[in-house]
Amino acid sequence: MKNYSCVIIDDEPLARSIVMEYLQDFKNIEVKQECNDGFEGVKAIALHQPDFIFLDVQMPKINGFEMLEILENAPAVIFTTAFDAYAMKAFEAHAMDYLLKPFSKERFGKAIEKMMKHLQSAEPNAHLEKFSEETAASEEQLTRLVVKHHQTVQVLNLQDILYLEAYGDYIKIHTAQQTYLKKKTMGYFEEHLNSKDFIRVHRSYIIPTQGVQKIDPPDFVILRNGQKIPVSRTGYNKLKATLGL
Amino acid sequence: MAIYTYVLFDFAVPFKIALVDSFITHLSFTFSAFLIHITLKYYQPTKENIFYMRIWALLMAIGNTAVIVKGLEFLYSQDLAYQEFISKSVLLRFIYQVLMMMIITVIQWMANFLTEQKSLAEHQHENERIVKEAELYNLRQQLQPHFLFNSLNSISALAGSKPDQARRMIEQLSEFLRHTLRKDDKQLISLKEELYQLDLYLQIEKVRFGNRLKSTVVLDASCANKVMPALILQPLVENAIKFGLYDTLGEVEIVVEAKCAANQYLQIQISNPFDSLTHRQTAGTGFGLDSIKRRLYLLYANNDLVQTEIKDQQFIVRLTIPQ
Repeated sequence: MKNYSCVIIDDEPLARSIVMEYLQDFKNIEVKQECNDGFEGVKAIALHQPDFIFLDVQMPKINGFEMLEILENAPAVIFTTAFDAYAMKAFEAHAMDYLLKPFSKERFGKAIEKMMKHLQSAEPNAHLEKFSEETAASEEQLTRLVVKHHQTVQVLNLQDILYLEAYGDYIKIHTAQQTYLKKKTMGYFEEHLNSKDFIRVHRSYIIPTQGVQKIDPPDFVILRNGQKIPVSRTGYNKLKATLGL
Repeated sequence: MAIYTYVLFDFAVPFKIALVDSFITHLSFTFSAFLIHITLKYYQPTKENIFYMRIWALLMAIGNTAVIVKGLEFLYSQDLAYQEFISKSVLLRFIYQVLMMMIITVIQWMANFLTEQKSLAEHQHENERIVKEAELYNLRQQLQPHFLFNSLNSISALAGSKPDQARRMIEQLSEFLRHTLRKDDKQLISLKEELYQLDLYLQIEKVRFGNRLKSTVVLDASCANKVMPALILQPLVENAIKFGLYDTLGEVEIVVEAKCAANQYLQIQISNPFDSLTHRQTAGTGFGLDSIKRRLYLLYANNDLVQTEIKDQQFIVRLTIPQ
């Protein structure tokens, strides 16, 4: 009987095959699916709800960290990576397990053992959320956003953002076509978007500097698409300073 | 100048005349020093032809003496005692002029020599620094940890199921590494050799990425023996693979085309599919490209040898190698 399920996400077929091979010794683990990239990974995780995943960091379009970010309920993770000085530091700081390619069968066995213990403990995912927040936080500046809409994953250019709006535990990302939700804080975006290009004009709103059409002092700013956004007093000052008024 | 005036005064020359005499003599030194300075600025003699410099100084000494003597004779034509003193002192004046000219020339020459040495040393230092930087970058480039570790991981995977293929990949990887280590940065190799090295690299990457990676090399047969600096293509193709595989999903084809134009240039074009939307500008993707640009610039002193273009979702790099 299979006790645990997993999904393997890696863009190199041979890298997946070695995980498959080593897993043959663990009869209680079932591999639900092998995925070529993060997009497939997101779908497979939603479909199979695996207990844990093997995740490569460097992958096409979206990397392993970006994939984790958009998951609603991320499973436990064993990272597999060839070389990434920064990522290794992040893993170690959070006692996450990671396998450095190429890895031995023994080392792989230890990672599985650790994962079993972890899955039997009370809070399997407690550290993961903090981890993904922190790995993202140590990236200096965002150049794009990875979002999920229904079941599809999309990569947004920063130029496409009309404005950001706080929405409970989420942030609503408004673009001309769609509104996306991302589980982040206003503070996170304020910190990781270039302060010349994006201004937090209100406790609940961040707007792109380029999008400002008209300022309606003291309470509102009007965007290019006609949207009226509330502005706080400090927000108004910040806006004035950035626009050089 | 004060001493010179005093000496003249001592020879019973009236003080006012002594002062004028001294002034004119020393003015001639200043003027000559300026002339020598100008000459040496544009013409730093080597040890062999410093002889000409001596002649030049001697001529100036003669000229100066003549001008001074004639000038003074003319100025004080009524003072007979002084006239006599002048004609008696011609030889002494001449010797004094020669000595002064020698001193001025030597000092000037030394000063110029030192500045030149200093700037030469600086230039050399700068050159060495650039070469070292390039070497260091190349080392790092050759030993791309991602490439190396992922290749080793593929070998590990093959070792269990397909030992023959594993062995083949070890051979390819070894040969590739050996080639990269052997190449001298400035050495020119034939296009054929460079393409062979590139093929080793592509074979390894194809094992890693399986069916996703396709490559086409189009070689104009007459170009095979054209020369180019070693290890130029591999970093560019590596870039192309990175762009291609990490910015797109599905199959990726890298095309390398080599042509030669009128026997003067070797032209190589590398293209890969590319998605400008998800392409990460911050990931330092232009780094390899910049280093190749710089290497070619150092070798050929031309900044236009690497051109890039984005056309129809293709990223294209064009190299021009003078023959």
